[in-house]
Amino acid sequence: MEIKKGIAVSPGVVISTAVVLDAEDLAIPERHVGAEQVPAEVARFGQALEASIAQVQELRAGVTATAGKEIAAIFDAHVGILKDKTLLAQVEKEIKGQKTTAEFAVSVVMRRYADLFHKMSDRYLSERVKDIHDIERRIIGNLIGQKHYDLAHLSDDVVVIAHDLLPSQTAALDRRFVRGFATDVGGRTSHTAIVARAMGLPAVVGLGNITAEVNTGDVVIIDGNHGVVIINPDQEQLADYTETNRRRVGIDEALAQLKDLPGRTTDGHEVTLMANIEVPEGIDEALGKGAQGVGLYRTEFLYLTRPTEPTEEEHYEAYADSLRRLKGRPLVIRTLDLGADKFSQSKQQSPERNPFLGDRSIRMCLHDIPMFKRQLRAIMRASTQGDVRIMFPMISTLMELRQAKMVLYDVMEDLEDEGVEFRRDIPIGMMIEVPSAALMADSFAKEVNFFSIGTNDLIQYTLAVDRTNEKVAGLFCPAHPAVLKLIRDVIRVGQRHNISVSMCGEMAGEPLYTLLLLGLGLTLFSMNGPDVPEVKKVIRSTTMEHARQVARRVMSFDSERQVMHFLREETRKLVPEAF
Amino acid sequence: MPTASIEVVITNSHGLHTRPVMQFVDIASRFASEIKVHKGGSEPADADGKSVMQMIILAAEPGTPLRIDAEGADAAEAVSQLAKLVEDKFGEE
Repeated sequence: MEIKKGIAVSPGVVISTAVVLDAEDLAIPERHVGAEQVPAEVARFGQALEASIAQVQELRAGVTATAGKEIAAIFDAHVGILKDKTLLAQVEKEIKGQKTTAEFAVSVVMRRYADLFHKMSDRYLSERVKDIHDIERRIIGNLIGQKHYDLAHLSDDVVVIAHDLLPSQTAALDRRFVRGFATDVGGRTSHTAIVARAMGLPAVVGLGNITAEVNTGDVVIIDGNHGVVIINPDQEQLADYTETNRRRVGIDEALAQLKDLPGRTTDGHEVTLMANIEVPEGIDEALGKGAQGVGLYRTEFLYLTRPTEPTEEEHYEAYADSLRRLKGRPLVIRTLDLGADKFSQSKQQSPERNPFLGDRSIRMCLHDIPMFKRQLRAIMRASTQGDVRIMFPMISTLMELRQAKMVLYDVMEDLEDEGVEFRRDIPIGMMIEVPSAALMADSFAKEVNFFSIGTNDLIQYTLAVDRTNEKVAGLFCPAHPAVLKLIRDVIRVGQRHNISVSMCGEMAGEPLYTLLLLGLGLTLFSMNGPDVPEVKKVIRSTTMEHARQVARRVMSFDSERQVMHFLREETRKLVPEAF
Repeated sequence: MPTASIEVVITNSHGLHTRPVMQFVDIASRFASEIKVHKGGSEPADADGKSVMQMIILAAEPGTPLRIDAEGADAAEAVSQLAKLVEDKFGEE
């Protein structure tokens, strides 16, 4: 039994069997398997060897003509080593003798060879150690690749333990069987955290080296409420958590009663609650929780789940599918927000020094107009089939907004020439997620139909905190008075210009901030589907007058601690079961 | 089980590097016999003549004496073909 403490990023508790994903570019931790698992590990190694040989032979076939004999000879040597019977025998002996995973056995045997190469006096031969590393990486890459494949073809419930989950990895998971996540690195708003919350699964991140301490097949408790992971729990802990889970189910059932009731304060002020989605299928779950539409469709997943950029048709299909599921309810489509922590396929090869301040999101789109137009055309074609609204992310200057709108008008003209129907007066909005946009909201308000506040980026850029760096993630706080002032001012500007202001950042889905946002005048909240009932519960428990008093009080504080403490107290008075 | 043995000296320009090793293992692997290679000189070592890894690690430089031992039905033929490869400097110029 072992207890690990990390950052709680998605609530809930799960008790299940672990599947551990090693990272290809990190040292493989020593992992042991049960005696009954040994033959399977030997078989996995055999498959990985075969796959490796096939890959190298394919590479070799490709180089003969162009790169010449030298390189072909290197690949021949790799094949020779991969087919080496003594290597095979040594790895098998390691797996059987030490009862380790194939990954670890390969790394032990290859390290032994690498040491021998290093010791050689012959310079030429000692440099061959690079080939040994290359071969090791290839075999281990194939072993890990099998695990990825396995995670896409599960048949039992599991929790996934990984160093860090990449968007492409989570996209490939068989969601029917994944029950929770725990990772070595990450913060509250890392990709893993966002996906876990969207799926309504418990997750704990920033655990340090959990991948080295858990073995595939171990029983693990992930407590996403307290940020705790228990490896191989004892009877008492199992009983405790089973009981906690039963109580939670009771609270969820009570919240489910609110599904068809309006988000209205006790003195009759109505608020709209919408959902953030990543894939059209997410709409069904969100509507089931009582969402009144989609306030943020993150279209990145279209790009991350396939090997090449999606075609206009693929975009169109996804949007048309979403509108069919929504049956007339609104769909706010955010145009491509790739870059920084989310790379598209073509961007993966050129790392930026400071990606969060780099060529991401709308900037990337304006640098690749043909790609941008493919998405805009699909949105416009879908615009006749429901209540579609378009939203540009990461706008930081007026010029960017005007350029983006110009590209959109170009697309409209093209469609008109082609005789394709579209909605000319489609509502155009922008995200407020860069401090410059928040401070200039008054100018922007004259050129768009709505604002949507993206709190994750607004907080990171205002407070200069990398939200995925666990060493500073604690500084990332929506309650910081600087952030609250920006939010308050943007809402005021919206009211003055009579344009709608919504919030689609994570803050909108945290019941702790509901009273405050309500009191500041926010009338449209967009959040992950599972968060809708709790936020609605807070709204239905207060009067608008009270919310305004809370907001006035909060805006007089000068530290985030005061803000959070006060909000926790006030919310607990109204909804005791919320915390 | 028949056995055969022969002593040779490495004379090609760079010794038993990757490519010569590949050629050696290629030929050795065609025979049913077990083939062992013993490196003499100042740092004696043994290798399985059918293992690329072990043969590379022998690091036999030019001038190194080798003894090739084979055991099996085709031992004599194996030893003679391998000795010829070494004596022919692995086909290098």
